[in-house]
Amino acid sequence: MNFSIYDFTSFTQWIDKVLYDNLPAFWAIAVEMTIIGVAILLFYALIGLFLVYAERKVCAFMQNRVGPNRVGPFGFFQTIADLFKLLMKELVYIKNADKLLFNIAPFIVIIASFMAIAAIPFAKGLHAIDFDIGILYVIAVSSLGVVGILLAGWSSNNKYSLIGAMRSGAQIVSYELSVGLSLVTIIILAGTMQFSAIVEGQANGWFIFKGHIPAFIAFIVFLIASTAETNRGPFDLAEAESELTAGFHTEYSGIKFAFFFLAEYMNMFIVASIAATVFLGGWMPFHVGGWEGFNHIMDFIPPFVWYIGKTFFIIWIMMWFKWTFPRLRIDQLLTLEWKYLLPINLVNILIMAFIVLMGWHF
Amino acid sequence: MNSFFEYFADIFRAVKSLLTGMKVTGRYFFSPWEIVTQQYPENRKTLKMYDRFKGEVIMPHNEHNEHHCTGCGICETACPNGTIEVLQAKIDMPDGKKKRIIDKHIYRLGMCTFCGLCIKSCPSDALAWGQEFEHAVFDRSKLTKTLNQPGSSIIKDIVE
Amino acid sequence: MKEIINLPVKNVEEEEYHINMGPQHPSTHGVLRLVVSLKGEIVKSLKPHCGYIHRGIEKMCEKDTYPQIIHLTDRMDYLSAHINNHAVCMLVEKALEVEVPERVKYIRTIVDELNRIASHQLWWCSFGMDMGGLTCFFYGLRDREKILDIFEESFGSRLLHSYYTPGGLMMDIHPNFQKNVKAFIKYFRKKIKDYDELLTGNIIMQLRTRGIGVLSKEDAISYGITGPSARASGFACDVRKHDPYGVYDKVDFKEILGTTGDTLERYMMRMHEMHESMKIIEQLIDNIPEGDYAAKMKAVIKLPAGEYFQRVEAARGELGVYVVSDGNKSPYRMKFRSPNFSNLSVLDHLSRGCKIADLIAIGASLDYVIPDIDR
Ligand code: SF4
Ligand code: SF4
Repeated sequence: MNFSIYDFTSFTQWIDKVLYDNLPAFWAIAVEMTIIGVAILLFYALIGLFLVYAERKVCAFMQNRVGPNRVGPFGFFQTIADLFKLLMKELVYIKNADKLLFNIAPFIVIIASFMAIAAIPFAKGLHAIDFDIGILYVIAVSSLGVVGILLAGWSSNNKYSLIGAMRSGAQIVSYELSVGLSLVTIIILAGTMQFSAIVEGQANGWFIFKGHIPAFIAFIVFLIASTAETNRGPFDLAEAESELTAGFHTEYSGIKFAFFFLAEYMNMFIVASIAATVFLGGWMPFHVGGWEGFNHIMDFIPPFVWYIGKTFFIIWIMMWFKWTFPRLRIDQLLTLEWKYLLPINLVNILIMAFIVLMGWHF
Repeated sequence: MNSFFEYFADIFRAVKSLLTGMKVTGRYFFSPWEIVTQQYPENRKTLKMYDRFKGEVIMPHNEHNEHHCTGCGICETACPNGTIEVLQAKIDMPDGKKKRIIDKHIYRLGMCTFCGLCIKSCPSDALAWGQEFEHAVFDRSKLTKTLNQPGSSIIKDIVE
Repeated sequence: MKEIINLPVKNVEEEEYHINMGPQHPSTHGVLRLVVSLKGEIVKSLKPHCGYIHRGIEKMCEKDTYPQIIHLTDRMDYLSAHINNHAVCMLVEKALEVEVPERVKYIRTIVDELNRIASHQLWWCSFGMDMGGLTCFFYGLRDREKILDIFEESFGSRLLHSYYTPGGLMMDIHPNFQKNVKAFIKYFRKKIKDYDELLTGNIIMQLRTRGIGVLSKEDAISYGITGPSARASGFACDVRKHDPYGVYDKVDFKEILGTTGDTLERYMMRMHEMHESMKIIEQLIDNIPEGDYAAKMKAVIKLPAGEYFQRVEAARGELGVYVVSDGNKSPYRMKFRSPNFSNLSVLDHLSRGCKIADLIAIGASLDYVIPDIDR
């Protein structure tokens, strides 16, 4: 087998072949699923830890300080130390809490984000499942997380948590709409919902450039709406630490709190990857039509690096939002969605459809 | 029609104000040399407190292990919260008279509010501010200090 | 717990529920407890419970001599420690009819204003933080650090200085004081632009504060609100202007009055005040006259029997000190009229019908310091 970091297809196919050759079909698929599960789990944990560290460093730099710098070089192992701290913490038992729901909630949140990650193409051929309705699947799965948040708030027997959960419910239900519609804009342009096809479609230019202004507007709307959907500042009303102490996860401690914490960062990672994939070409290198030499140089950078780079760029923008803006109030949050984002989005879809119809895009 | 333009003007103004805010944080993000954090335990060697810094009350001793305190107890009355306790002792003077001197000048750092009244009121300038600021200890009793060093005596020319 | 669960539910739509905000809560700025009645997210009524950090300062003053009281007033409103001390010192000087040297008056005025800026900077930090913009907190503290450094160099400590003493000052200012203050003003003029860009002009902040918690002038007067919070409603109450002390009568500064009395206006008042304070300092810093740093006082200060009152403009409003003396070296009765206590009383009135988020914003704009409320 010829393995290359530019194309993982042969690599994954080789694993597939070896397994099917040596094992009965049922076991082969079981082993395959386990491998993928473990790989994604590891990836998930590493990215989660790194994002927490990155967030701390980014916010520290924006706030004119150095951030974590004690554990390891540049404080790199700070989050690992924190993870151990959280693992060893006592799981506080809440009086009169609905025990079952209370314990299930963090898992629902984390499973929702875990499922979404499966559909994301990391590089050419590095893709757990390539649904032909990939985008729809991701939207559907990632909105499951709100169930966990609602349950957490409801079952904690704490009014702060309940208020936080209710806010979160209202918020996610409305912003789902904008996230979906802004992706629809691109689906119109791409003509497919399959992630791999969307990425291939951007081989000669990213959609954000190809789709003229409507694509750019859709990108902005997606950025805002997805920030809101992941409950991050300035839309972190569900946590709102200055109002609700910690919102829906006030009563959680130890590893269950860590689950919520990790899920928040993973959700951020997922929406950033979707944005990178749909608008910025995913793992596709930066190409300019006609500049052969330039395109060739860009091709030398492995697709995985492109993908991670773009994703982290978007994550950085979302962090930039969070560490700059004050928090919105719940009614303003809904006003923003229903009075501004949604109408703009609908008009935007029309314009995009028109452009595609007339063939004005590149 | 007017409200239509108003709608877009609103959006425009909002976005502009948000971008101004982002400009500030973005600028700091890209200018790490402006960071003001002090790397405290690392810079311990070079860290110099201001000479008026109120770290703790000390009683300066000279090279002969002598201090200025006469044991008058004025600082004890001047202190608003009983931080200072002056224990006196009597010694026999060569001429047969008894004289009161300081036995122990007890200073309870844990109670001190650093108001400086003791230092200001001492008639013989026996007290001063020390620059030490790392006062954390594991045992509270360590915060009770005796300011006159063991075996110290008063500087002779003041006794006369 | 059984009884609570089985309570007859009258009408779910009508039902209010209570939340204890505090004593430990991120945005009550200390150990203040607010019992908030809510309906959904709407605040129906609110009851502040104070006293969690009551230390009996007024009672403690009764056993202390007048110079010793200074170290207690430091700890009332620790963010404007110098200004509190100023009130006590002036009261003693007035009672004894001591004329303090001109130099002392200049220095006290400058230091008071520096203290006011430092206090407003911290208010800005916490205001930003209460609104959810954590970055404000660090910028504000960064700049406040510069003032604290100046304080530390001259007075030896950063927060609780005990620098004033009846009759003058504990020690003269540090030789570098003037130079550093001028450098600070130059620095802060630049940095305060960041404040405006980051928070003041921000659309989210504007939307969240405009028209929220409107306090009319009449209400401000009848609730006894003072300081920037009252001036935002147009109530001219600046003691520095109307009953000048120190050298405030010699400097040129504006008493800025607001019109709308909402949260944004209260915010703007403090931002303007920082500029005014810088102007005051600039006028004085080069003209500090030579002379003694303290008037000659008797070793034991005894106020003649009688009642005395002195007020100053602290960073949060009017601070009044009232002393009944029976001729002894410590007061017979001491009473502080602290600005925060009356400012807190209006919180219920302002926040009725607002959302929880507004309650936090209103509370932040009233800028209360809990140790000053409870004393
Ligand atoms: S500084 Fe004040 S509190 Fe401390 S010992 Fe001296 S008089 Fe007492
Ligand atoms: S330190 Fe000064 S005031 Fe205190 S006992 Fe000694 S001489 Fe007297």
